[in-house]
Amino acid sequence: MTNVSTARQEFLAGAWAIVPLVIGATPFGMLFGTLAISAGLSVWATMGLSLLVFAGSSQFVAAGLVGQGASVGVIVLTTFIVNLRHALYAASLGPYLRHLTHRWLAPMAFFLTDESYAAVISRFEKADGSPNKHWFYLGGALLMYINWQLWTVIGIIAGQRIKGAEDLGLEMAMVVTFIGIVVPLLRNWPMLTCALVAGSSALLFHSLPHQLGLIVASVCGIVAGLLAQTMSRAAANRKSSTES
Amino acid sequence: MSSVEQLWLIFGMVLVTFGVRYGVLAMSGRLRFSERVEAGLRFVPVAVLTALCTPILFKPEGSWLMSFDNSHLIAGVFAVIVAAISRHLLLTIVLGLGLFLTLHLNLLERLG
Repeated sequence: MTNVSTARQEFLAGAWAIVPLVIGATPFGMLFGTLAISAGLSVWATMGLSLLVFAGSSQFVAAGLVGQGASVGVIVLTTFIVNLRHALYAASLGPYLRHLTHRWLAPMAFFLTDESYAAVISRFEKADGSPNKHWFYLGGALLMYINWQLWTVIGIIAGQRIKGAEDLGLEMAMVVTFIGIVVPLLRNWPMLTCALVAGSSALLFHSLPHQLGLIVASVCGIVAGLLAQTMSRAAANRKSSTES
Repeated sequence: MSSVEQLWLIFGMVLVTFGVRYGVLAMSGRLRFSERVEAGLRFVPVAVLTALCTPILFKPEGSWLMSFDNSHLIAGVFAVIVAAISRHLLLTIVLGLGLFLTLHLNLLERLG
């Protein structure tokens, strides 16, 4: 893929690069649609979340929390926390986008997802001087977006057709998805500490109103992870200083 | 949740999601997080996603259920094992959800 330079070529190359990630996101789009309907969200609200928010994991979380009777405020606050990781992506992409106007930056921000970031960051990091790399981003992001809408619709239809979908325990689809995301991340003690503290404090604070326990538990987990990281670094420093 | 609340939900979620993405992107590299903040942000997905899961696994009906009748917990533990060994997202989902639905819907008993 050398000398990709015209806007059109970049756009198509971006769309092509994101195909595996688009396929991977497909079941989640459908599951979200089904889960949201069975949690009690209306068709237009379900569709509105996919069309306007366009953030897979927080849409999942919102649908799950609606089913558990959480308040709007708690769901929005949780969304904020869940999407904080996008700040890392944006900070990483930012230096490559300095030449763009806000007419470009606004849609790019709207389309920023785990998948689009993963698909485009290597393109931006490649030092080939192409002036049209933002078209690469747009190509990938648009395909991701259209596919997400399509599978949300299919999921909504499935949710309406399956009788008693709310008794099927579809919230477990969300749980096993998150297990599949989180467990491979637990590669070191600080991450494991963070998960254990967040998970157990979520049980401890579960009776707080409006599912507020989720926020409290998340903060506990993050603080515990940071403490564990500081301690393990201090231990490593002690070890290396005694060895030298 | 009422229609008005659903409208507020979408509005609020759009605001915070786009706000985080655009706010940082628009700084276009002028903003650098301190090491401490960046380290904290890296713990966010693990903390939030885990905190979401454990109540559903251990208290599926709202109160503690530590027994072999708890198909949520059994399937969840199984999914953790699958994820730890395979590190494969889709496999974890298919096997975890498969076991859950089998237990939850008493498929084995229904088949006789």
